[in-house]
Amino acid sequence: MNFLSLFVLIPILTMGGLFLSKNLQQIRVVVATGASLLLALAVGLVFAYLGERGAGNTAEMLFTADTVWYAPLNIHYSVGVDGISVAMLLLSAIIVFTGTFASWKMDFLQKEYFLWFNLLTIGVFGFFISVDLFTMFMFYEVALIPMYLLIGVWGSGKKEYAAMKLTLMLMGGSALLLVGILGIYFHSSTTGALTMNLQEIAQAHAMPENLQHWFFPLVFIGFGVLGALFPFHTWSPDGHASAPTAVSMLHAGVLMKLGGYGCFRVAIYLMPEAAKELSWIFIILTGISVVYGAYSAIVQTDLKYINAYSSVSHCGLVLFAILMLNQTAMTGAVMQMLSHGLMTALFFALIGMIYGRTHTRDIREMGGLMKIMPYLGVCYVIAGLASLGLPGLSGFVAEMTVFVGAFQETDTFHRVFTIIACTSIVITAVYILRVVGKLLYGSVVNEHHYALTDANWYERFSTIILIVAIAGIGLAPLWLSDMIRASLGSILAALQ
Amino acid sequence: MVYANFLLMKEEISLVTVIVILLIYDIFGSPKSLKYFQPTACILVGIHILLNIWPSPDVTAFGGMYHSTAMGGVMKSILSIGTLLVFMQANNWLSSERAIIRRGEFYMITLATLLGMYFMISAGNFLMFFIGLETASIPMATLAAFDKYKQKSAEAGAKYILTAVFASGLSLYGISLIYGTTGTLYFEDIPAGLNSSPLQMMAFVFFFVGLGFKLSLVPFHQWTPDVYEGAPTSVTAYLSVISKGSAAFVLMVILYKVFAPLVNEWQAILYWVIIASITLANIFAIRQQNLKRFFAYSSISQAGYIMLGVISGTAMGMTGLVYYVLVYMLSNLAAFGVIAVVEHRSGKITIDDYNGLYTTNPRLSFVMMIALFSLAGIPPFAGFFSKFFIFAAAAQQGYYVLVFIALLNTIISLYYYLRVVKAMFINKNEQPIARFNSDNYSRASLVVCSAGILLAGILSIVYESIGMFSFGM
Repeated sequence: MNFLSLFVLIPILTMGGLFLSKNLQQIRVVVATGASLLLALAVGLVFAYLGERGAGNTAEMLFTADTVWYAPLNIHYSVGVDGISVAMLLLSAIIVFTGTFASWKMDFLQKEYFLWFNLLTIGVFGFFISVDLFTMFMFYEVALIPMYLLIGVWGSGKKEYAAMKLTLMLMGGSALLLVGILGIYFHSSTTGALTMNLQEIAQAHAMPENLQHWFFPLVFIGFGVLGALFPFHTWSPDGHASAPTAVSMLHAGVLMKLGGYGCFRVAIYLMPEAAKELSWIFIILTGISVVYGAYSAIVQTDLKYINAYSSVSHCGLVLFAILMLNQTAMTGAVMQMLSHGLMTALFFALIGMIYGRTHTRDIREMGGLMKIMPYLGVCYVIAGLASLGLPGLSGFVAEMTVFVGAFQETDTFHRVFTIIACTSIVITAVYILRVVGKLLYGSVVNEHHYALTDANWYERFSTIILIVAIAGIGLAPLWLSDMIRASLGSILAALQ
Repeated sequence: MVYANFLLMKEEISLVTVIVILLIYDIFGSPKSLKYFQPTACILVGIHILLNIWPSPDVTAFGGMYHSTAMGGVMKSILSIGTLLVFMQANNWLSSERAIIRRGEFYMITLATLLGMYFMISAGNFLMFFIGLETASIPMATLAAFDKYKQKSAEAGAKYILTAVFASGLSLYGISLIYGTTGTLYFEDIPAGLNSSPLQMMAFVFFFVGLGFKLSLVPFHQWTPDVYEGAPTSVTAYLSVISKGSAAFVLMVILYKVFAPLVNEWQAILYWVIIASITLANIFAIRQQNLKRFFAYSSISQAGYIMLGVISGTAMGMTGLVYYVLVYMLSNLAAFGVIAVVEHRSGKITIDDYNGLYTTNPRLSFVMMIALFSLAGIPPFAGFFSKFFIFAAAAQQGYYVLVFIALLNTIISLYYYLRVVKAMFINKNEQPIARFNSDNYSRASLVVCSAGILLAGILSIVYESIGMFSFGM
């Protein structure tokens, strides 16, 4: 058995443990153990991966394992990782770990909550380790459906509406995706030996260009819905605003990255000609995402909506960078996925903590929180600074790489949209500073807020891990960007 | 006539034996010993399934009237397993005061319709097929009217028999036209005489109506909601999976074997029938409150999905269809099992009654939920795999637009399936259905269904072993 499969097996065992656990104490022990094991595994994987590469192993995918699953259709359970999936697995593990601690005080139906949370985890990890289109798609859908109940049962606000909207829109995306995947599958080989294996499809490169023009948009939009591609992003603000804290963290932090990763690994890798031909349409759409998301964030008053629109903007930037189709921008895209995942998780965790104390998320009803809860305030400022791209934090590294990559495309069209996208940096600063100023500084708006307490141990624990990761990437990004850059070879070769 | 020929029909013989044993037991058993009627019936059907689980190779008897293939054996086994599950779920209802005196009849009539389906599947001649169709249809009307003291049940029976007879009549007319233009009723000889003349097209359409009625495809679906609502819940379950499944099997086999020369024409007809069935039924299902009506519309749209396997005309389509019916059967029977138990204990049947069910009956809610997710095609439940394979079969023949429309419809269907999930898990209710323990038979059937839903997809052996016996056109 391959150790990558542990990423799926550990959450399954955690679910089994949850079934057996009798009280809250046992539930907490089980989920904390599961999440810690996952984090340890992900860190171990990074070292093992860097070790293998250092030892001169240049295979595209490492730690591969392959078992035939459905022989008549040549579907395999096939796993393997390259630098990009290693980075995404590390991100997912960190967020699952911190999300588990952010849900420490879940007050009702804890067992069910963590069951669904772990099912979501299975989907996320399974997606990133898969090399086979079928299993990839299956895990993608596994990750979607627990969201409905997680938001519908444990959410807040207009949760039923938001849960239904999110589920149906994402299923709509996966409907497009399934047609695309079937199209890829039935054109995966010139000899008639059909395959679902990503690498084999890319090598065979058998799909005629006119068909690529049909299937590329299907797959790209299918994944793009999850990656908050304009105009399919509308599920995201409602969904994030209504979801419980840890689910918002996981959803904005990891699940939206499934979209970017899929666009990249399936749409562009397998249909490169169409990607080159049609990228302009999606550059326009993602350009709109980036700017529109940022502008929308300015006028929001609900903390979660602000952050959700900010996510639309930042995830739009991921897709934008991918579509530049050059090495630097793509490296930046993956860096941006990591960076946005970490800082948005930190944001949502902090918003959850503030909401848990003040019982409001409306910034007009809060003020001067820095005096009352300095720890949470400082964390919020750090997250904000990462978001607006302060050097030394992860946001700067990612956005810098993205824009440097985007400026390498010298024709007018790319130049214009790069400049438009760049303006989002300024707009981001506007809404971040507005929130920080209104929420944390100034006078205390509500008398009752004086009685509130600062963060307790599990809150400190989860925020510190996220901040360390954000600062870590910001201060020492090279190992990461080298790891990602080295793994882009095959995609760039396909694009030549 | 060679009497040894009868021995070749071993599946039918063993089913007839079960019916005869039950008949003798019902007539001559003392009132005290009749206590064991239910377990005896289940055990006998179980033995029957085990005896025939390994499909026998091709058999032709009575000069080609009877033609049984290995795939036919697989289909019969699936139908028998479904019938056994229905029997287990029916126990609650049949033990009630008013039904218990007629309990024996239920088992025998149900098994008689199953026998009719066996003959339909193994027919080698249109007359044989028609006898099977009638044997499967007419007793079904008595089943629908089984609770005759309830007005709705009696009404359901009348509606069923009237529509069924009309559909069979049209079908028979179609068969007569086929005989008129080709000069034969044997499946093997008909293809040579088919040349898609207008008369033959008419014959095909009339023939199609008969099975379209049993499958409740749009536009032959009008009877479905009323009959499903009025019939006793276990009978509705039987109608929605076994009756429908058998019609799907037979339609596929006949289209592949007999109407192969008309493939372009019937693909064009099916194309629009599929779109209409899936879409219209989905739109109607959204507004339903009564769960049995709700599942009636859901089953109409599922029939449309099932037909996606037929339209491809390939071995892959056949495997996909048989696998789809198996998974659909497990999921639908799980849902109907829950509905039957809840209805028996509380008499409640609407979606609003299910509000807050999770707080009092978490296990039943869980089974219902995985059944609904499986019907909607959500992984890791088996429904995802069956949908994927049937879509793949259609896409392989280039029906990408059709697959796309079907997929858009899965979103609508997810919406209304989630309505039930929402009622059970999210909606608050001051007085939810009280906590109760279900009886052992229902519990066992629900465990089997849930295990099937969870494992039939992940274990590829189910799909692969069905695939071993498939054939294309």
